[in-house]
Amino acid sequence: MTALGKLVRTTAFKIIAVYLIVFALFAAGVIAYLARHTQQLVVSQITETVDAEMRSLQEEFTVGGINRLVDVVEARAQQPGSNLYLVTTFAGAAIVGNVEVPNETLGRPGWSEISYRRAEDPDDRHVSRALVRVSVLPGGFRLLVGRDFEERDRLRQILAKPARWAVVFLVILGVGGGLFIARRVLKRIDAMTETSDRIMAGDLSGRLPVAGSGDEFDRLANSLNAMLERIEGLMTGVKQVSDNIAHDLKTPLTRLRNQAEEALRASKSEADYRAALEATIEESDALIRTFDALLMISRAEAGEVRTHMADFDAADVANSVGELYEPLAEEKGLKFVVEAEPPLPCHGNRELIGQALANLVDNAIKHGEPVTPGIAGEVRVHARAAGGRILLTVADRGPGIPDGERRHVLERFVRLEASRSRPGAGLGLSLAAAVARLHGGELLLEDNNPGLRATLAIPVPAR
Amino acid sequence: MRLLIVEDDLEAAEYLRKALREAGHVAELARDGEEGLHAAIDGEFDVLVVDRMLPKREGLSLISELRARGDTTPVLILSALGQVDDRVTGLRAGGDDYLTKPYAFSELLARVEALSRRTAPQAADTLYRVGDLDLDRLSHRVTRGGKEIPLQPREFRLLEYLMRHAGQVVTRTMLLENVWDYHFDPQTNVIDVHVSRLRSKIDKGFDRALLHTVRGAGYMIRDGAR
Repeated sequence: MTALGKLVRTTAFKIIAVYLIVFALFAAGVIAYLARHTQQLVVSQITETVDAEMRSLQEEFTVGGINRLVDVVEARAQQPGSNLYLVTTFAGAAIVGNVEVPNETLGRPGWSEISYRRAEDPDDRHVSRALVRVSVLPGGFRLLVGRDFEERDRLRQILAKPARWAVVFLVILGVGGGLFIARRVLKRIDAMTETSDRIMAGDLSGRLPVAGSGDEFDRLANSLNAMLERIEGLMTGVKQVSDNIAHDLKTPLTRLRNQAEEALRASKSEADYRAALEATIEESDALIRTFDALLMISRAEAGEVRTHMADFDAADVANSVGELYEPLAEEKGLKFVVEAEPPLPCHGNRELIGQALANLVDNAIKHGEPVTPGIAGEVRVHARAAGGRILLTVADRGPGIPDGERRHVLERFVRLEASRSRPGAGLGLSLAAAVARLHGGELLLEDNNPGLRATLAIPVPAR
Repeated sequence: MRLLIVEDDLEAAEYLRKALREAGHVAELARDGEEGLHAAIDGEFDVLVVDRMLPKREGLSLISELRARGDTTPVLILSALGQVDDRVTGLRAGGDDYLTKPYAFSELLARVEALSRRTAPQAADTLYRVGDLDLDRLSHRVTRGGKEIPLQPREFRLLEYLMRHAGQVVTRTMLLENVWDYHFDPQTNVIDVHVSRLRSKIDKGFDRALLHTVRGAGYMIRDGAR
């Protein structure tokens, strides 16, 4: 496409063209109206002048007869820029006057518009237009008084020429302005297109230019940039996810394979084979669990589980999860306390929130053995409503998470190196965080001095 | 027990049929949804095992069609779709239980047997009895050999579920689902701890144990003398 073609196809250009046409039509209308009005004014002036002249000449005739009229007309006709005069006999033969007119004009008393020639210089072939009035005087004499249209025509010329130029200027200015604005707009859009092409080519860190003027283009660029930010975040997330999936799945897969190989190589008795196969099944179960958790986190992140949200009591969830895990905590010698007073009305997916809380409790029991001297092991589950949110807190007295790593641990799939070696641990926090995000909430990790305080904060919709 | 397996993966279906035969059950195969629907209508089956993603007719559509015809044969849905929502849609379509692939055969067997028992009339009984252990569902009283055993509400529900399926294997996930109403994998031995607590209450001090651990599968309550 040519540059001009591209310009003509822009929205800005089209809008400008429409405005231009509308404006030109309007201007032409105004000019035409003015011209018409002025001309009418000129014509009515001519009429008045002719009428007055006619009246005065008729008076002269009444006073002094045809001779006097002829004298007066002769005198007036000599003056420069004068009116048109003609006095004829009944038969139409000219007696005195400064104009030649066709005979049929004289035969029609009253107003008429005619073409005429000045009588004084017969060489002048110039034919002019005039407005004339013919009267029949007593005795059959005819008197014609008229006035040239020269003034009207001159006025028309005076008006017409600038009007034409005005329209031409208008069109030139409009087209020029349109082109200018369209080109400016095009330039910014071209810049945007160029950047998006680059981004599409794989450079996700690219951002659209923002001029800083806060206009529509800046607003568009800003929102597109925000979108790019989100996409880049998601892409980074996906990469991180695939890296972590690779790690989380490949490690047990490798173990699985090694075990099978080892069994083939070293097993002697049926009991050996049986033990190896049982270990294989156990390992694959762990693998399936990890896979399910990863799938669940990524689905929750994608917001897919949103469909089955319902009202439920968060205190019930805290109590039932607490009750589920209490014997386990006691078996590990940890004090287990649940503080949850119903009703705590909540809206969401009970199953997922229960699972998230169970993960936190499971984590707390697994990692909650006290390392600080003089502190007894304790896991505390606390449910309450505060600030429009349901807060489900699980606090332990274990080693906790170091300050620097606490933020880090909430990033998707990131696990503390120390916990990676422990089987079954690690994804719990990520899953709880994903569930919280799915409900528009968050997972807060705080220091319990000592220990970890993990809080699922789920916003409750106002009703 | 007569079962119908509707599954398009031939290898998986054959494995299942063989394993079920070893457990003493007869299973027929159908390879797609249409074949499965016709087989289910024509044959008298105790339980249907239906895959979700099937050629010709989707598993859930098969179940809805069957239910629309007034057929109440218990259905176990077997699917790779294992998210919370998938389970809910599966059960809403008329399935009685939902098992996610990959599964342990012991889990499938336990669930299928539990489903077949579901149609048996004693599910509505108010009094369960295993050996000299009695559970009264109305008064919430548990006695063994005439001696009352005090139980926590959750322990009572646990025992109630085990006794309803007396003589059958009940898996840990079945217990979590039916007693606690959660469907996730608890990842730790939480259920074991609950069962061993219950066991210490109902079996301790008696010469015959009623609550047994089935290795690699789950638990079973039964009268040891039988």
